[in-house]
Amino acid sequence: MTNSSKTAESVAVALQSVSKHYGDVRAVDGVDLTVQRGELFGLIGHNGAGKSTLFKMMLGLIAASAGDIRVAGTSVRGDDFRATRRKIGYLPENLVLYDNLSALETMRFFAKLKGADTGSCPGLLERVGLGGVGKRAVYEFSKGMRQRLGFAQALLGDPSVLFLDEPSNGLDPSAIRDFYAELRLLREQGVTIVITSHILADLQERVDRLAIMASGKIQAVGSVQALREQMDLPLSIALRVEPSALAELQTQMQAIAGVSLQVVDGEVVVRCPRPAKMAVLAALSPLGARLMDLHIHEPSLEDLFFGLRG
Amino acid sequence: MLNLEWRQVATLAGKEFRDRMRNRWVLAVALVFAVFSLVITYFGGAQQGQVGLRSIEFTIASLVSLVIYLIPLIALLLGFDAIVGERERGSLDLLLALPITRLELLLGKYLGLAAALTLSTVVGFALDAVLLFRQFGLLGLYHYVGFMVSSVLLGLAFLSLALLLSVVARERTRASGLAIALWFGFVLVFDLLLLGLLVASGGEFGGQLLAYLLLLNPADVFRILNVFSLDQMRSLYGLTSIVPPALANPWLMGGAMVAWITVPLVIATWRFRT
Repeated sequence: MTNSSKTAESVAVALQSVSKHYGDVRAVDGVDLTVQRGELFGLIGHNGAGKSTLFKMMLGLIAASAGDIRVAGTSVRGDDFRATRRKIGYLPENLVLYDNLSALETMRFFAKLKGADTGSCPGLLERVGLGGVGKRAVYEFSKGMRQRLGFAQALLGDPSVLFLDEPSNGLDPSAIRDFYAELRLLREQGVTIVITSHILADLQERVDRLAIMASGKIQAVGSVQALREQMDLPLSIALRVEPSALAELQTQMQAIAGVSLQVVDGEVVVRCPRPAKMAVLAALSPLGARLMDLHIHEPSLEDLFFGLRG
Repeated sequence: MLNLEWRQVATLAGKEFRDRMRNRWVLAVALVFAVFSLVITYFGGAQQGQVGLRSIEFTIASLVSLVIYLIPLIALLLGFDAIVGERERGSLDLLLALPITRLELLLGKYLGLAAALTLSTVVGFALDAVLLFRQFGLLGLYHYVGFMVSSVLLGLAFLSLALLLSVVARERTRASGLAIALWFGFVLVFDLLLLGLLVASGGEFGGQLLAYLLLLNPADVFRILNVFSLDQMRSLYGLTSIVPPALANPWLMGGAMVAWITVPLVIATWRFRT
């Protein structure tokens, strides 16, 4: 096996110079992106950034104006589109299911269209926690239950690539935790997951890599840590000190270049460039026991996102 | 080459048909047809001071008037949101992300709805068929079955138009408005317009051209199909003076009806692909 074919096998989603133009509007503009097999990949961007258009192109729902899109090694809109789509699972953002069908009937309907084994439907419902309500009509389901049914639908036919658009919509905190645990299991089995979410905190600790989109372009791509280093946003150090130490602390911090200090509700927040972190910590040691508490906060995904948007 | 998997079409059609069975749409429409057809059969001649079964010609003539109003409306209401409804609700993307083509989706929707409409029409008019068979024998039944088949074709033609509206319209409300406008246009305005032209031109505009213009309206094709199958009805409608003998050929009119079924579907397929 050649190196190039090995590389091709390890790539689950490949976008090359992909654009989508609506007249003069460039919804997606020259996007190059590669998602590796077994990767949990986040795609974030504000409304109108081009994220949904890119998602739809990756699913083959709309044609690209230019460029090439390959999912699981084949084109999503080529002659072999059926085989490609059988390898894809999709959970849309605004999931709408057929209210008059039961959960099991819904699964069987989608299984037939996907060419998946209808015998797998009860097991998949069990897997998403809907095992006991398979015969209940969807109109009786809460938003969270519908979302779980949608996720079960996306898992039909053991897809190798999952596209999940705002999958935690309507889920309560414990369901969100279970959902991401399920995603981790799928990732371990080699399933590639492309996910979007407006709840950046959900993605921050869970994705392997992510891309930030704005104005139809990928503005940054990499792991959260890589993006932190790349963007060099300041760290926040939250301190609690005795009131008598506050003046001394301010003097110490002013001596370090690029450091700012703010007191909010009795808590001192020091913002410093990443390279100055150790200097700040060293400057705190003379405070001794007057330093009562300390927390170092890396820039969050939200900080990175807004940092990129300016 | 056409990339069509009939298995996918059958799955989609089966769901549409089962939905209409389950929500009792088929039953409700069949009941409407049954009640109206029985009432018209018995009381159709009440204005002439007669009740009860009269001739098969008179019964069919009365039923044609009912069907021309009712079936187009029911078919349009059945199909106007088939695609735009899925689009507006947001379920279209989920369907189209599956290994199906847009043609399969459209055909599946159409065939499922067509099956529901056909079943309700046939069942609805079946009771009347039994009565007419007992009264007028096989010949009466033969004419009545012809009427039923043409009624089904009329429904399929308007369902095809409804699906076209459903593909063209960007919103469900717009599709419903267009469906009602189409019903008004074909069922109420079209003939009035032709008649107006005939009268306004003092008979100058008319003749063969006027007759052939009737082919542009599936409701008129249905009327001609039924009227020309029975001698008494030609004079009853007074159409012998307007419609040339060439249009009296049931195969030609049947072909026109089939064209009214297929052409809107072909246009809908073309529009849905782009």
